Amino acid sequence: MQETNAFTTLLKRDFMVAFRHRNEIFNPLLFFSLVTLLFPLGIGPSPTLLQTIAPGILWVAALLAALLAADNLFRTDYEDGTLEQLVLSPQPLPLMVTAKVLAHWLVSAVPLLLLAPVLAVSFGLDAHAIGVAELTLLLGTPVLSFVGAIGVALTVSLKRSGMLLALLVLPLYVPVLIFGSNAIDTAAAGLPVSGQLYLLAALLVLAVTLAPVAIAAALRMSVSQ
Amino acid sequence: MIKTEAAPSNSGLFKLWYHRMASPVWFYRISGKLLPWLWALFAVLLVTGLYGGLVTAPADYQQGDSFRIIYVHVPAAWLSMFVYMVMAVSGAIALIWRIKLAEMVLVSCAPIGASFTFIALVTGSLWGKPMWGTWWVWDARMTSELILLFLYLGVIGLYSAIEDKRMASRAVAILALVGIVNIPIIHYSVEWWNTLHQGATVTKFDKPSIHIDMLIPLLLMAGAFKVFFAISLLLRTRNELLERELPRKWVKQLVEENDG
Amino acid sequence: MLLEVVGLHCTRGYRALFSELAFTLEAGQLLLVEGHNGSGKTTLLKMLAGLREADDGQVLWDKQPIQAWGAEYRQQFVWLGHSNGIKDDLTALENLHMMQALGGEQAGFPCRDAKSCVSTSTVLERMGLAGNGHRFPRHFSAGMKRRLALSRLLLSSARLWILDEPQAALDRAGIQMFESMLSEHLQRGGSAIMTSHHEVGLRGPHIQRLVLAA
Repeated sequence: MQETNAFTTLLKRDFMVAFRHRNEIFNPLLFFSLVTLLFPLGIGPSPTLLQTIAPGILWVAALLAALLAADNLFRTDYEDGTLEQLVLSPQPLPLMVTAKVLAHWLVSAVPLLLLAPVLAVSFGLDAHAIGVAELTLLLGTPVLSFVGAIGVALTVSLKRSGMLLALLVLPLYVPVLIFGSNAIDTAAAGLPVSGQLYLLAALLVLAVTLAPVAIAAALRMSVSQ
Repeated sequence: MIKTEAAPSNSGLFKLWYHRMASPVWFYRISGKLLPWLWALFAVLLVTGLYGGLVTAPADYQQGDSFRIIYVHVPAAWLSMFVYMVMAVSGAIALIWRIKLAEMVLVSCAPIGASFTFIALVTGSLWGKPMWGTWWVWDARMTSELILLFLYLGVIGLYSAIEDKRMASRAVAILALVGIVNIPIIHYSVEWWNTLHQGATVTKFDKPSIHIDMLIPLLLMAGAFKVFFAISLLLRTRNELLERELPRKWVKQLVEENDG
Repeated sequence: MLLEVVGLHCTRGYRALFSELAFTLEAGQLLLVEGHNGSGKTTLLKMLAGLREADDGQVLWDKQPIQAWGAEYRQQFVWLGHSNGIKDDLTALENLHMMQALGGEQAGFPCRDAKSCVSTSTVLERMGLAGNGHRFPRHFSAGMKRRLALSRLLLSSARLWILDEPQAALDRAGIQMFESMLSEHLQRGGSAIMTSHHEVGLRGPHIQRLVLAA
């Protein structure tokens, strides 16, 4: 019972903190749309070309936005000492970490889900493909949050960790990128995509069950320094 | 009211201490005795393997002599995966049983694995030039190997970024375990991506009909590489061990022995 | 015997900070850890809390290594480190609620009276922060923040307090308040381990000193 209480209190706390910094919520969103904007500018406005590369662009931009947003996941908690208190609390750390990642996902990725259809339309994707894109983002972005959290937990005690975090986390993002963008691609060609979606769902299950343990172990390591 | 820190240690404690101390010293002595034998084995395997591969094996009917690079490429590629496995297993041992030696093996693995991966990539690309007419194709094996290189570089980067080396090895152990769970997934997804985008590509080993005269030198070379890995792992671990145990008595004794 | 330390060893780089460290702590006792900067006081506290692994030796709680107790051991103590462990973006009361939720129910040390089981607002009052419950610690002075951080001692009924420089940034009244909290805790049979640059105004045979001299 008290675990559930601690879980929801922590979830609420992180929401509240995010809400009190609501201007920062828009940063990943801005980044996401800016990155997608750069591609037409760099490649040229040819609609057929843009339509072909749209799935890849959407997912690469989502990946980078997730990476950028993840950096803040444990940073302030580490600096103000609440992370130390969390690690030393009798509550099960993997569960507490799940609450934090969940709050982070709701705050940083859900707005992305809302914006993605608009960007997809600008790339000329049809309604079916956009629907699939949303589904892949819905299944894939939590994986990004959980996997990214492992990298953040490992590097939170370091002063400048940006590049290192990218090096640690981006290779692990590869499967999500492949399955996610391919599903949109396949949907745009009018073919069934259930296979890719199942694979993404499997990745999600794996991430939700295994990542919290790794995150907790990494946080214990980081806090002990 | 006043209590000082130096309490006399009883014999049980001493035993505990000795037990812990014994394992690095034991490792250092045993590995020192083992190394010359490994060098000899390596030399034999390397010479016979190279002779078989470069001299006695017939030229490939399609690729001519350029196929002979597989005697470096394939063992390196095999080892690049194998070293990661060793790294992850010692990471698990280090995390679960807190064995310091496993930590040192773990951190010694990363640069070796990265080097093998790099060799596999370079030789693969050198081989690709005559085969495909280009230095790089996005073939599944090469792409997986490239991602593996980044995984290794991540491990090395993380280890060097954390100052406290015991903490750093724990961090690296966690990362290696996360990596070993992910490698099959990455490998599978890349393979899947490759077949979707390129149709049936010519993979290097889709036909297992390799001639026996080509296979034997390949296996010899694979053995030579594996022994070489063992040698460099032992050397690196011994170095790491000396560095970490520098203040301990046995290291000082060792230095004195070598001086005198 | 509550807490027992056997043969504890700590190295930083190639330098041994302390070795063969041994002491025991009984119920009702206070252990003052002393030593100059860099002598490993904070590191020792981290080892006692199980935050940091000892390079050698063991920390025993109730005759069992703390690693074997796991989460149960973390229920037995409150930790206050260098940083306050409070969030600037939560009001003082919200911070206290968070501490309570994370602390869960403390085992084995029931509240003695209503005074030690007080609600969060009375805690604020006791800490001299009355009327600040809905303000953000961001606007607090360093001393007020420390007072808020020390509130976790009143919220918890844990037997052991592990405190790193608890009086840092406190004014004279704050230090006095902390000392009365501490002696109350000791009288109730609780124990505490703390580092301090300030002279502690408590006297008695239940106070031990441990000098770390690296």
